[in-house]
Amino acid sequence: MNKYIYYPGCSMEGSARAYAESLSQVAKILDMELATVRDWNCCGATEYLSINLIPAYSLIARNLAIAAGQVNGTNELMAPCSACYLNLEKADYYMAERPALGEKVNEALAAGGLHYKPGSLQIRHLVDVLVNDIGLDVIKSKVVRPLTGLRIAPYLGCMVPRPDYQHRWSDHEYPLELDDLMHVLGAEVIDFPLKTDCCGGHMSQIAPETAYELIRRLVSEADEYQADLMVTVCPMCQMNLDAYQGEANRFFGTKYQMPIVFFTQLMALAFGIDAKSAGFGLELVSAKKALARIGVEAPAPEPASPRRKPDGLPMPPHRRKKYASGREASDEKIAVAE
Amino acid sequence: MIENHKPKIGVYVCHCGSNIAGTVNVDDVRKWAQEKLGPEGVVIARDYKFMCSSLGQELIEKDIKELGLERVVVAACSPHLHEKTFRTAAEKAGLNPYLTELVSIREQVSWVHTDKAIATEKAKSLVSGTVQRIAYNTPLEKQKVPINANTLVVGGGIAGIQAALEIANAGFHVYLVEREPSIGGHMAQFDKTFPTLDCSACILTPRMVEAGTHPNITLMTWSEVTNVSGFVGNFDVRILKKARYVNEDVCTGCGICTEKCPKKVIDTHYEAGLGYRKVVYTPFAQAVPRFPVIDRPNCTFFQKGTCKACEKFCPTNAIDFKQEDEFINITVGNIILATGYDLFDAGRVTNYGYGRLPNVFSSIEFERLSNSAGPTGGEITLRDGKTKPETVGIIHCVGSRDKNFNNYCSSICCMQSLKFAHIVRERTGADVYEFYIDMRTPMKAYDEFYQRVLDEGTLFVRGKVAEVTNAARYPHEKGKLIIHVEDTLVGKQRRIPVDMVILSNGMEPRHDAKQTGQTFGISCSSDGWYIERHPKLDPVSTMTEGIYIAGCATGPKDIPASVAQGAAAAARVLDKILQKEVEMEPIRASVIEENCSGCRICNSMCPFNAIAFIGDLKVSRVNPALCQGCGTCVAACPAGAITGTGFSNEQIFAQIDGLLMTV
Ligand SMILES: Cc1cc2nc3c(=O)[nH]c(=O)nc-3n(C[C@H](O)[C@H](O)[C@H](O)COP(=O)(O)OP(=O)(O)OC[C@H]3O[C@@H](n4cnc5c(N)ncnc54)[C@H](O)[C@@H]3O)c2cc1C
Repeated sequence: MNKYIYYPGCSMEGSARAYAESLSQVAKILDMELATVRDWNCCGATEYLSINLIPAYSLIARNLAIAAGQVNGTNELMAPCSACYLNLEKADYYMAERPALGEKVNEALAAGGLHYKPGSLQIRHLVDVLVNDIGLDVIKSKVVRPLTGLRIAPYLGCMVPRPDYQHRWSDHEYPLELDDLMHVLGAEVIDFPLKTDCCGGHMSQIAPETAYELIRRLVSEADEYQADLMVTVCPMCQMNLDAYQGEANRFFGTKYQMPIVFFTQLMALAFGIDAKSAGFGLELVSAKKALARIGVEAPAPEPASPRRKPDGLPMPPHRRKKYASGREASDEKIAVAE
Repeated sequence: MIENHKPKIGVYVCHCGSNIAGTVNVDDVRKWAQEKLGPEGVVIARDYKFMCSSLGQELIEKDIKELGLERVVVAACSPHLHEKTFRTAAEKAGLNPYLTELVSIREQVSWVHTDKAIATEKAKSLVSGTVQRIAYNTPLEKQKVPINANTLVVGGGIAGIQAALEIANAGFHVYLVEREPSIGGHMAQFDKTFPTLDCSACILTPRMVEAGTHPNITLMTWSEVTNVSGFVGNFDVRILKKARYVNEDVCTGCGICTEKCPKKVIDTHYEAGLGYRKVVYTPFAQAVPRFPVIDRPNCTFFQKGTCKACEKFCPTNAIDFKQEDEFINITVGNIILATGYDLFDAGRVTNYGYGRLPNVFSSIEFERLSNSAGPTGGEITLRDGKTKPETVGIIHCVGSRDKNFNNYCSSICCMQSLKFAHIVRERTGADVYEFYIDMRTPMKAYDEFYQRVLDEGTLFVRGKVAEVTNAARYPHEKGKLIIHVEDTLVGKQRRIPVDMVILSNGMEPRHDAKQTGQTFGISCSSDGWYIERHPKLDPVSTMTEGIYIAGCATGPKDIPASVAQGAAAAARVLDKILQKEVEMEPIRASVIEENCSGCRICNSMCPFNAIAFIGDLKVSRVNPALCQGCGTCVAACPAGAITGTGFSNEQIFAQIDGLLMTV
């Protein structure tokens, strides 16, 4: 039995439910015991650290402190989300490297009766754990439904192999761990050149055009290689590439239909789990066609919940443009154009 | 020290201009030594601007004669630099040289401290330590041993060839040992050489032939040194001569065996993986010696027991499948290591795609591609062997000047890249981009060559390339390799689509340099290059007497510098040979046999194999001819049974007492 302390992160309960569901299936089959960090909180995602350092690190370190208190036969803390993983790693690393920072963070933690000694936990990403602890041989031995004929673009994103404080990855620019893992499932793995490029991160919220371009690059490259689908290891990557693919298509006038799924979903499939339990059907760009290639029937999509009708009374017409331009004539033109 | 007789000691403190005086209060040190160390035997203390000048030396000589000094302590620079100077001066005045000692108050004090008060105190402590110790110094005599006039040169690249020829032409015998089937080294792989663009083979071949036929040179290729013992003047060397399976006495080098051999393999060595060779082969047409070798692991006969095509067709019956590896023992007086370099593995910079993207080439691959005797007959083509590139990007500093790989500059890559640009433009008319961090073209006629390549229309982009990718973002990039770079002169990121990328991967120490160094008793720097005795003033000597280094074995350099070092090392060897005998430092360890428990710990610790266990007596004994006085065994002996001349326990303890004296 391989034991890990498990930090799920917020996405696993929302947008990345498919990841959570497939992981729990895979963990069962691979005999992994995942002990969830008690009362965990948000890791701060990609923004908080660049806004306010001490509170951001304190937010992260609270999870570390609780996890360290939970050590029971293992001090390995595993996170499936790239952003969570990197944040946990960062906090652990910088609290040790900058003792003054460590002290301040611990002062903040003390308010909640907590303390974290940097270095007490080993922080790992799920892919690293699967490839390096469980091992490709064991994974291979569990495959009952090889993914023969499925062309996969393996996509790691930028945050897992970099900066790699603990030197766990074979390479920072072109790591092959995920490729190897997909390979033992029997899939046809393309040599995806953008495997560590950025998915746009939270640019999709801040400057969508920037994100669209990054999404387009990834999706069009996978399409160029005639991949059936793209696998990701990160809820944020999956969200960007899946949920914004349509927007990006509209923006560029393209028609890509690239399914984006979590790598654990394919592991689960290969281990013989049915598509629904593996979390399929939750993706927005349907993986139905891709699954058909390996003779797996995709579950019927969940019916979208009906949009709520707006409550209350109607708003008066929007007048902001008038105040902004201040000129009747141009205002009229706008009105005509509208 | 004779009981109750304190020898008369003179202390001389050097200013070294402002080198020492800038941080150490020299006057204070002198005064203190004169007053406080008087009871320890100091009869005179002086300071002087430059003790090493002839006036400074004369000062010491005069005091020895007039004041009857019996010991001299000079507080100045490191003993590496001037110990010899002052010992010689004292000797001129009649004092045994081993009664003069240097205290390093420059390298160990003024250069490493900033606080003047603390530095001055430390200088005093160090002087006090040496004053206490020197009282126990005894006069020592240097031993003289004759020098064997034969020389071993290891590595038959251009540096080794040059060294061997210089010594052989002076009339002395040389054993030139090369591990490959032919001498020539890297230079044999090139087509043109910068900056003059003369043909590499044309300038190299005559040298190779001369080395191969010289009456004073015994050429041993396909051979390696496995063991070295002894010391300067008398090294015993064991050489492994690998079986060639070709009888050199009857082989005429006609090449029929190679022609008839039915099996081809990829030539990863000479052709850098771009071409093929037969299993019985000479690496290239001008190989010296001309005898082929059989590549046993790939030979059908050795693997399957049938074939023997080479044997059948050989007109002189020179093929000998029964030949075996042979060991040859020789004795030489001096050794020159010219083992050269390996190329940095370009595939390690994963973002440049070497090994993944077919049209990314390494520097040595390009040398073969452009070589008229290479796999394409000198035509510059893409990996398909046909298509001519229309745009070519050359990336500098691949693996060099890069914190992720090697920090150092490989020194030749800028020039080599310019050479490539010239050749590409000349032969294909393609547009060429060079991506550089800084242009480094400092040697004779090098910058002129740079100007020439600029004038030819090669485009230069200053910036470190981020990645080479086949992932096109825009239609015009489709099917190309895209070089993504920050153009630091324009201040913009650029994506430049090209057909072919050439990586200027730099030099690395030989993968086995450390191991080879151990065989010869010399060490490598943290980068892995062999360490010179002095980086500026003694660049071809090592810390081990009688072992010299030349060419790229000491660090990246071009052909002219490699040749110059080969010649320089030869001159050093000739100097030794002509002296006929060598003086050995008398610093030696010896075992006090009554105290030796026979544990043999010292036997394996000795880096010079100078300690042997005498079975009958159950004690270890030091061979004074082999001992280099390093002191390892003295420190290691658990019974304290080993003592070193010049480093006796009394001397060490007295020095510690002196160091701890309140100043
Ligand atoms: C791509 C490229 C292009 C270049 N172009 C130029 C140019 O145009 N002009 C220029 O001036 N310089 C050029 N250089 C630099 C040039 O290659 C070197 O300066 C020169 O070859 C160094 O010679 P060397 O004898 O020191 O080493 P090497 O050429 O490496 O020779 C060393 C020899 O020692 C042998 N050896 C190694 N270890 C052992 C051992 N343990 N026992 C026995 N034998 C051993 C090797 O087999 C080899 O034959 C270029 C370098 C590169 C990489």
